[in-house]
Amino acid sequence: MYTLIILLPLISACFAGLFGKTLGFKGSSIFSTICLSIVLLISCIVFYEVSVNNCCVYIKLTSWVDSGALNINWGFLFDSLTITMCFIISFISFLVHLYSTEYMSHDPHLPRFMSYLSLFTFFMLILVTADNFVQMFVGWEGVGLCSFLLINFWYTRIQANKAAIKAMIINRIGDFGLVIGILLIFVNYKTLDYATVFALTPLLKEKTTNFLNLNLNLLTVIGIFLFIGVIGKSAQLGLHTWLPDAMEGPTPVSALIHAATMVTAGVFLLGRCSPIYEFTEDLLKYVVFLGSITCFFAATVGLLQNDLKKVIAYSTCSQLGYMVFVCGLSHYEVGVFHLANHAFFKALLFLGAGSVIHAILDEQDMRKMGGLKNLLPFTYSTMVIGSLALIGFPFLTGFYSKDLILEVAFSKYDCSGYLSYSFGTISAFLTTFYSTRLLFLAFLSNTNGYKPVIENACDSSYQISTVLGILAVPSIFIGFFFKDMLVGWGSCFWGNAIYNSPETANVVDSEFIPGFYKLLPIVFSLFVLICSFYLYTYSSKFLFKLKISSLGKKIYNFLNKKWFFDKIYNEYIGQFFFHFSFSVSYKIVDRGIIEILGPTGLSHFIKKISLGLHKIQTRYMYHYLFVMLAGVSFFLSIRQFWSVLGETFDYRIAFIFFLQFFFLFLSHGKKN
Amino acid sequence: MYTIGINFMLTTSLLIFFIGLSGLTVTRKNILVTLMAIELMLLAANLNFVAFSLYLDDLSGQIFVLFILTISATESVVGLALITAYFRLKGSIVFERIK
Repeated sequence: MYTLIILLPLISACFAGLFGKTLGFKGSSIFSTICLSIVLLISCIVFYEVSVNNCCVYIKLTSWVDSGALNINWGFLFDSLTITMCFIISFISFLVHLYSTEYMSHDPHLPRFMSYLSLFTFFMLILVTADNFVQMFVGWEGVGLCSFLLINFWYTRIQANKAAIKAMIINRIGDFGLVIGILLIFVNYKTLDYATVFALTPLLKEKTTNFLNLNLNLLTVIGIFLFIGVIGKSAQLGLHTWLPDAMEGPTPVSALIHAATMVTAGVFLLGRCSPIYEFTEDLLKYVVFLGSITCFFAATVGLLQNDLKKVIAYSTCSQLGYMVFVCGLSHYEVGVFHLANHAFFKALLFLGAGSVIHAILDEQDMRKMGGLKNLLPFTYSTMVIGSLALIGFPFLTGFYSKDLILEVAFSKYDCSGYLSYSFGTISAFLTTFYSTRLLFLAFLSNTNGYKPVIENACDSSYQISTVLGILAVPSIFIGFFFKDMLVGWGSCFWGNAIYNSPETANVVDSEFIPGFYKLLPIVFSLFVLICSFYLYTYSSKFLFKLKISSLGKKIYNFLNKKWFFDKIYNEYIGQFFFHFSFSVSYKIVDRGIIEILGPTGLSHFIKKISLGLHKIQTRYMYHYLFVMLAGVSFFLSIRQFWSVLGETFDYRIAFIFFLQFFFLFLSHGKKN
Repeated sequence: MYTIGINFMLTTSLLIFFIGLSGLTVTRKNILVTLMAIELMLLAANLNFVAFSLYLDDLSGQIFVLFILTISATESVVGLALITAYFRLKGSIVFERIK
């Protein structure tokens, strides 16, 4: 039953992909949706068995690599962290499959789409259920590959191609770090099993390792490289540029990959490696810093985007920042809790956005929407629920995790705690503002769309509405139901899956922070909510004036252009590498040194020499005679002087002479 | 009895050999001179053989000399024949034109 969770998506992917033509559109979509529903059912049962009844399951299928010290198994580890992720993945994935059957129903490549979605689910499940780093890496690369395939689903569009390549390459930068981290673990621990590695970690606390000629603490170095992987996959600041561009793919893809599952792999890795991160205090401060900066950055950029999906993409980025910084504050369980909650309401938002886009003929620009409240009442209500959950409206899902994050941040009582609290709180305000802006521009304001488009706009039918309805329920309730179980005081839900060192535990402290700071985010968010609602409804002229003032223009530009990250990356790093690869590695190395020393140069050289030798043969008898004489006397003298020459003559000098002759001949040839 | 040292004989034959050699390389006009120079070198070698044969008291050196004399005679015969044939064809025996 346990392995069926992993196998069923693979079977579904194979069938839909290989026999898509035979099964037909309906056949393949029904088949894969049924497969995923079975997976969801099983993972519910497994969730009950593993986490409620507290019995971890470990399945070893077979040995994979067995060579000397390196033993890697195909093993599946089901503990509470894994099964929480499994449940989220299968739930969201099932709903996305169901949603796609209608959303993509007119696409000529529907079976391929279903196949990719199932393949993605398969790799994501491999990632979370792995019991060693290498198997985890299989999943890690697999989801990157599937995200490439899915972003590039409409492969005839150049933008989709570019976005897919960008996503793949930027993810690969992170993967590079992850690989180095895994290699470092293998070199120092001689194993890659989670269980062994985490058990050995306290012993290696003081160990230093030599990296780039610097003696550094081993765990810190490993932690840094694993964190580079996290940065890439979870779109933290620096490697975040792929995430908003990945919105080029179909909307269900954005919901599945860029909201609920793939980007959460980074947070999952942080939680999974908590036994390592707990021993690297300095690194954790950096994790907090990067997480809170990402949170703030993405929230500011989200403020002034005009693309419906990009706003949601940046809010994903921002929420991932929350998760990462709370992991940095050693509250991994809170991070995973927020991850779980976020998965539901963000999937809801994305799928709702898909429904909107579907209704108005694939128009994504929010400025051309408006007034859809009465046309799409069901989508509107689900989007409101999703947005309120994202804002952290009291007693909705987001509230339980986001408020908890800010509380534990404040109760850290050090620099990183205050920093993350202030950034997190400001981002909470900004989140409120852009969510309201999104709702207002798309649904509440007067319509800006074309008449024929607006006339035909209507709520989508069965599957899409069902999915939105199903997702709205956990977006309201799941935080309330699972808070005590997942992050409650004294809950033994996580067992050994997440390790918290006694020094960093401050669950109790968070209960005793001043009431003002506890209430600040939520009260202020509500205040911003009302303010922005008022501003957009009654005084949009004031906002417009603010925008076209000179300072306003600059700020608008800065935020709308995403802090110019793409520009800097393209112009300095991208251009540099393009230039380097053409003028240095291609022109100087490939066509230059290697060709001169290699094929072209050598053949020219041989040709030159043979021509020279040919010219010696003048066809004059006395020249031949002279050469014969000289040759004979040369060999005779060599024979005579060998005892003297043999001592000092070095064969290696001959090589230098050879090279010198080589270049001499070439330069001689050029003049001709 | 007046005896000549082996060194004197060897030096003499070496000198003759080099004279022949230089005649071979320096001559550019007359092919007959070339043939004569080759004869001279062969004779120098013969002289060397004889000198060593006497010095080492070994007869095989002198047998070699007889063979070399025979071979040099045949060789000059063939050479002269070739030159004659060539002269019939071209009407001159200037060395530079032979390519």
